[in-house]
Amino acid sequence: MTVATPPAAKARLDRLERIWKESPGVLGWLTTVDHKRIGILYFFTSLFFFGAGGVEALAIRTQLIGPDESTLSPATFNEMMSTHGTTMIFFFVVPISLGAFGNYLIPLMIGARDMAFPRLNALSYWIFLCAGTFLYVGVFTGNAPSAGWFNYVPLASKAYSPGPGIDFYALSLLFVGISTTLGAINAIVTIFKLRAPGMSLNRMPLFCFAFLAVSFALIFALPALSTALILLELERLLGFHFFIPAAGGAPILWQNLFWIFGHPEVYIIILPAFGIATSIIPTFVRRKMVAWPLVALAEILVAFLGFGVWAHHMFAVGLASATTIYFAAASLIIVIPSGIQLFSWITTIVTGTPRFQTPLLWIIGFIVLFIMGGLSGVTFAAIPFDQQTTDTYYVVAHFHYVIFGAAVFPLLGGMYYWFPKVTGRMYHEGWGKASFWLTFIGTNVTFFPMHILGLDGMPRRNYTYGPEMGWTGLNLIETLGAYLLALGLLSVFVNLAVSLFKGEKAGNDPFGGDTLEWSTTSPPPPYNYAVIPKVSSPYAMWDTEDREEDARNLERGRKVLEQGHETAASTAVDAEWDEVLDMPSNSAWPPLVALAMTGVFAMVLLQQWFAAAIFVAVLLCTVAGFHLKEPEEA
Amino acid sequence: MLGVASIVFLGAVAMLVVGWVRRDRPGLPFLGENEKANTILVVLFGMAIPIVILVALFVISDLVLLPETDAPAAGSTAMTITVTGHQWFWQVRYEGKDAETANEIHIPVRTPVNLQVRSADVIHSFWVPELNRKIDTIPGQTNAIELYAERAGVYRGQCAEFCGLQHAHMAFRVYAEPKARFEAWLANLRKPAREPTTPLARQGRRAFMRDGCAACHTISGTEAEGTVGPNLTHLAGRETLAADTIPDTPEYLFRWIQNPQAIKPGVKMPGLGLGPAKFHAIVAYLTGLK
Repeated sequence: MTVATPPAAKARLDRLERIWKESPGVLGWLTTVDHKRIGILYFFTSLFFFGAGGVEALAIRTQLIGPDESTLSPATFNEMMSTHGTTMIFFFVVPISLGAFGNYLIPLMIGARDMAFPRLNALSYWIFLCAGTFLYVGVFTGNAPSAGWFNYVPLASKAYSPGPGIDFYALSLLFVGISTTLGAINAIVTIFKLRAPGMSLNRMPLFCFAFLAVSFALIFALPALSTALILLELERLLGFHFFIPAAGGAPILWQNLFWIFGHPEVYIIILPAFGIATSIIPTFVRRKMVAWPLVALAEILVAFLGFGVWAHHMFAVGLASATTIYFAAASLIIVIPSGIQLFSWITTIVTGTPRFQTPLLWIIGFIVLFIMGGLSGVTFAAIPFDQQTTDTYYVVAHFHYVIFGAAVFPLLGGMYYWFPKVTGRMYHEGWGKASFWLTFIGTNVTFFPMHILGLDGMPRRNYTYGPEMGWTGLNLIETLGAYLLALGLLSVFVNLAVSLFKGEKAGNDPFGGDTLEWSTTSPPPPYNYAVIPKVSSPYAMWDTEDREEDARNLERGRKVLEQGHETAASTAVDAEWDEVLDMPSNSAWPPLVALAMTGVFAMVLLQQWFAAAIFVAVLLCTVAGFHLKEPEEA
Repeated sequence: MLGVASIVFLGAVAMLVVGWVRRDRPGLPFLGENEKANTILVVLFGMAIPIVILVALFVISDLVLLPETDAPAAGSTAMTITVTGHQWFWQVRYEGKDAETANEIHIPVRTPVNLQVRSADVIHSFWVPELNRKIDTIPGQTNAIELYAERAGVYRGQCAEFCGLQHAHMAFRVYAEPKARFEAWLANLRKPAREPTTPLARQGRRAFMRDGCAACHTISGTEAEGTVGPNLTHLAGRETLAADTIPDTPEYLFRWIQNPQAIKPGVKMPGLGLGPAKFHAIVAYLTGLK
């Protein structure tokens, strides 16, 4: 779909291309500050961890295929299930949502040329890569953590987990927490300050509201986790006593801190999925979202309410009834904003003109699985019921419906949806549908029977079960389901990989999308938009007059910003034109800072305090280098 | 709960099916056009109806039913049993009765029992699904629930909080028995261990005391006073071994003491390598501890 470009516009495009070009080849990828390239790096890295977590899941399911199996030793099983949870949550779902989808799409959706802090953005990627590698160095050297992903003390204390596995866990999570915090701050500032002038908050895509809510939730939730991890490491490495009752500590302190982080984390995981759903639905049903303001509010509200419910993970620890009743009530309230979003999606689909192409199928699958996971989630607010089902497979069923079904399905749908935008090529529609059905059926076959097993009393995290328990048949079905599920996921990635080379050319806007990213080329140029786009509604792409005006502006040279690495900054709420920002260009400092930081964490793990101090000094030098002003461009 | 959930689930899926049936056609007549009607639909299904259901659920489960899982009020129970979770077995003490056993809790039927739970090491969770809620055993803290069985029978329980390598093999049994039978059982439990009666059993007793077993296990009335492993004073009166992992028969007992790691990998009990003769003697001694 090439329209002849007038010569004046062509000259401007060439100039922008020259200004925004990064170094070629591998060096370019190492030093990039382009949010799209960083997004792609995030995508492949988190996908690698998804693969690792998936292999662990298959190992777990294979061990449980029949009673008294001995595929894995109890020690290996515990390592697998601990690493599976830790990897999927911290090194797959969060980084792929925020790092890959958020990074790539937020600037495009708001009409900006990059994230607010491009170098910081690169830094958060390199820290993420190093932190993930750190954890897996532990796994591959036989030092995987084995106290579960929520790592309860005293099981995780030195006395009961003497090896370095827990230290790998705690330090890698502290490490990746730095990355996530930087990413969240970057996203907040980007969303508030870099929206194209005209995109007041009430014209911002719902996708961005979801990511805004997630970023705020992360900033407030992560300190609780980091505190817990630091206390744990002080105890394990230096002999402090925060959690040991004999020395005046309290094991429940860990649980409180962990879940103050851990429950908001659940919404942190799922909100990006909501954001993706609100992007895909309007496009494929050709209508605007029903109850738009309610949905935007609900997204924020979910993230906020998520902070008041943590103790519902602790109904069996013997809290006072008054406490449990409060937390049960607070947990029930979350149903309301979730219900609003759910019925907004459904009503929009029913009252629109739905085209059931692959991305929408994933969203429909997501809605069905989310209702299942949501309904089983509500039952935990019935305290007596929770006290029976907690720590059984019923919980495992519930959170896999929510985290795998509701959070990962939209990510997969999103991969199909934005594949043509990122690569310029179309995926294979038939295979896309087939991969959806394989994965959807696999998901249900794997996770649905877990409800029944849980109600029948099968505790989670048991490495085996006896034949007399009567759990054999359902476990066999689950394991076969898991293989089917793996096949489904594999077919998604094979489809995308083959389409990358063989897919048809996609054009700028193959689906009739609703948001700005569809107005630029596929893949977008390094500067995203030649003209800072005009925006007058949350469905900017459907405002065809605005898009025509952009084209005229390019010809006339208005709103082009071609004096350097420039993008427009606007006011936080009303998005009035504020100033022109000079953005940094590519830099080798971010990976160097991350490497120095890795040195610090590695030396702390090895308890080489002198070497750690040296690495801190190196780190400070690299941070100073990071802040050097780059030479003015010629 | 299941009924209401099914209605909500099927209702929502039905709406999606309507969307599929009417695919590629403009939305529902009337509704598709009317933005206000759509918003009302969202508010009705997303807010109004959920509030009604949730309030009902909250009142029934968290206000009406919840007190049934509370710790028993002082004086409301006939006896107190303290259960201490260990990696990986349950120590059971009858308070004020000077009686201790492991992994098999006998209680009188239709009698409320105050069950106090503690931990000797990490967090475990005491759970007999048919009798009451889960209650975590937490180091430095004593939690309590009421154990009450309406009908006589054997109720299986298990650890529900992940507690390390052998979390999967940390089960136990609750035997609810008619009062007289329970009293007889308890009276026997309070007695010191029986003296061995055969030469082989006496030999076994000697090996038990000298060759390491006594360092970890208590057999009351003897010099074996170890507190690391389960109390074996009346081991032969139990039906299972190793926290309900294998049946308590001479054959299994032999296999167990000879190589516990083969049956329960990671268990704290070592295989002492004493040779078959001594192990047979120890089995003869232990099977006499009725």
